Amino acid sequence: MAFTALLANKMRSLLTMLGIIIGVGAVIAMVSVGMGVKSDVVNSISSLGSNMLIVSPGSTNRGGVRGAAGSRTNLKYDDAKAIKEKIKNIDFVSPSVSRSYQIVYGNQNWNSSVMGVTPEYMSIRSLEVSTGSFVTESDNNKRNRVAVIGSTVATNLFGTTNPVGQNIRVNNQPFKVIGVLESKGQSSMGQDQDDVVIVPLTTAMERLMAMDYVSSVNIQVSDANKMDQVQEDIEVLLRQRHKIIGGKEDDFNVRNMTSLMETMSQTTTMLTILLGSIAGISLVVGGIGIMNIMMVSVTERTREIGIRKALGATFQNIMMQFLIESVVIGVIGGIIGIGLGCGLSMLVGKFGNFTTVITPLPVFVSFSFSVGIGLFFGIYPARKAAKLDPIEALRYE
Amino acid sequence: MSNIEKITISLRGIKKLYKVGDQEVAALNGIDLDIKEGEFAALMGPSGSGKSTLMNILGCLDRPSIGSYKLDGQEVAHLSDDMLARTRNQKIGFVFQNFNLLSRISALENVALPLVYAGVDSDEREERAMYFLEQVGLADRADHQPNELSGGQRQRVAIARALVNDPQIIMADEPTGNLDTKSTKEIMEIFQSMHEKGRTIILVTHEPDIAVCASRQLLVRDGVITRDEGKGVVLDVV
Repeated sequence: MAFTALLANKMRSLLTMLGIIIGVGAVIAMVSVGMGVKSDVVNSISSLGSNMLIVSPGSTNRGGVRGAAGSRTNLKYDDAKAIKEKIKNIDFVSPSVSRSYQIVYGNQNWNSSVMGVTPEYMSIRSLEVSTGSFVTESDNNKRNRVAVIGSTVATNLFGTTNPVGQNIRVNNQPFKVIGVLESKGQSSMGQDQDDVVIVPLTTAMERLMAMDYVSSVNIQVSDANKMDQVQEDIEVLLRQRHKIIGGKEDDFNVRNMTSLMETMSQTTTMLTILLGSIAGISLVVGGIGIMNIMMVSVTERTREIGIRKALGATFQNIMMQFLIESVVIGVIGGIIGIGLGCGLSMLVGKFGNFTTVITPLPVFVSFSFSVGIGLFFGIYPARKAAKLDPIEALRYE
Repeated sequence: MSNIEKITISLRGIKKLYKVGDQEVAALNGIDLDIKEGEFAALMGPSGSGKSTLMNILGCLDRPSIGSYKLDGQEVAHLSDDMLARTRNQKIGFVFQNFNLLSRISALENVALPLVYAGVDSDEREERAMYFLEQVGLADRADHQPNELSGGQRQRVAIARALVNDPQIIMADEPTGNLDTKSTKEIMEIFQSMHEKGRTIILVTHEPDIAVCASRQLLVRDGVITRDEGKGVVLDVV
């Protein structure tokens, strides 16, 4: 019955639905853009590793002249070992050093950053080795001259040859390539994460760079809820080890990646809500459109209502008839709107500079909202129809 | 005492009052009326006589201000809107001057409409509607929309619709008012045959030559019934 009535006024029903279609479509498209931004941000932060704490040395201070952050040389490999041993709820501890060197293979050369790391670095940065193997504990203990190279380095030095088993020279020392890393692409800061040469930490410190300190220690905490506790434990431990007492400043920094991630994701959630609610306004406007058309429809069909009432339709019968009609507008409009919104967000994702993420929640919410709007804005006109006096309605021309 | 006829409609002291400014005007001013089962009554009267008001009350479209109306033994004068709707649905079949068919649905669906509100399931609705369309000779037009039918055919569809729920009374309000002579004759023949089958019919008309078909003629004037005659008398309405 509802369909017959809607089909009788195809153009009008379509235009009424358009309000809902645009509203639902806009909500889905906007929210998917917002969610896309959020997932971009979260991904780029978590690509640094999730649940990460980064300990770095503080800045130097000689006679009041302060050096750059991390310029101190008092964060030792032993500090990292102590953290691993003494502090609970830690999965991995990975101290590292890094410096740029000219890397030579045959007649090719390439400038890249050489990192000295322990085997745990692989887990902490979720690295994968595409061919060969990663640095092992025994490589680290024996200060072996072995290297794992990133794919950018591999391409530039070796071209199409398999680098595994070949010797490269770093700072005029021979290193045997034991593995090539899976490509990680660019970081969020625009750095090429594949332009790297990884060697055992001890090899780097003692044979290559002649350092007795590390430039940073990455720590992966086992549970996101324990982050603050672990951070505090580390600070206490390091102050103890570095003999810093009372109110003196720390000579190191512990940075918490999770709090950064939380802040960023809060910001982007706000953005998503903002975009969604702006689009939501158009949904409400669409609902008013439904109400308007239903009012016209009730007036136009006064006589029909009179006939139905004379034949025995009760208040509820008439009420339902008109309510179903407006809900049908909401449902069909909502379904088409979901299609439009998803299509739109895919287009934006494909041709725009955005990642878009369609999750079931906004689809579900905006759909039920459109049905709800059909219902809500249909109630008044439907009541008006149902309350008509049959004698008056039959007399209506 | 063996042939006591059943009283289908019983009105006692029916008044309908309207407020016009601070004055009360009585559209109906104390109507007492009994209509027996199977009677074919013509209700006549000039415009403004209260004839339409009386018809609305008889048809349960309106309530009297004062008085008692027993329809088929049940007091219906002061029922709620929804109870009146149910009463109309089950006990009264309407035939209107301008047919009042729904234009967007087929003749069959129009006939079946009262059954929708009676809660009859769709298979039975169709079967019963088809039966009554056959009765009025329009079985072959079941799928046509009202605007594809002639005036006489539309009125026959409306009569089928009035009969479909097997009501106690048929209320016909100027059923031939919009029809040509030929269709008028056809329609009146249908009413005659319904009467012969024992239906109670109330026919509202202002045409004396239509009214003479009825077994009883009632004249309403100034809110009261002024004359109550049997068949054959020609009442002067004006």
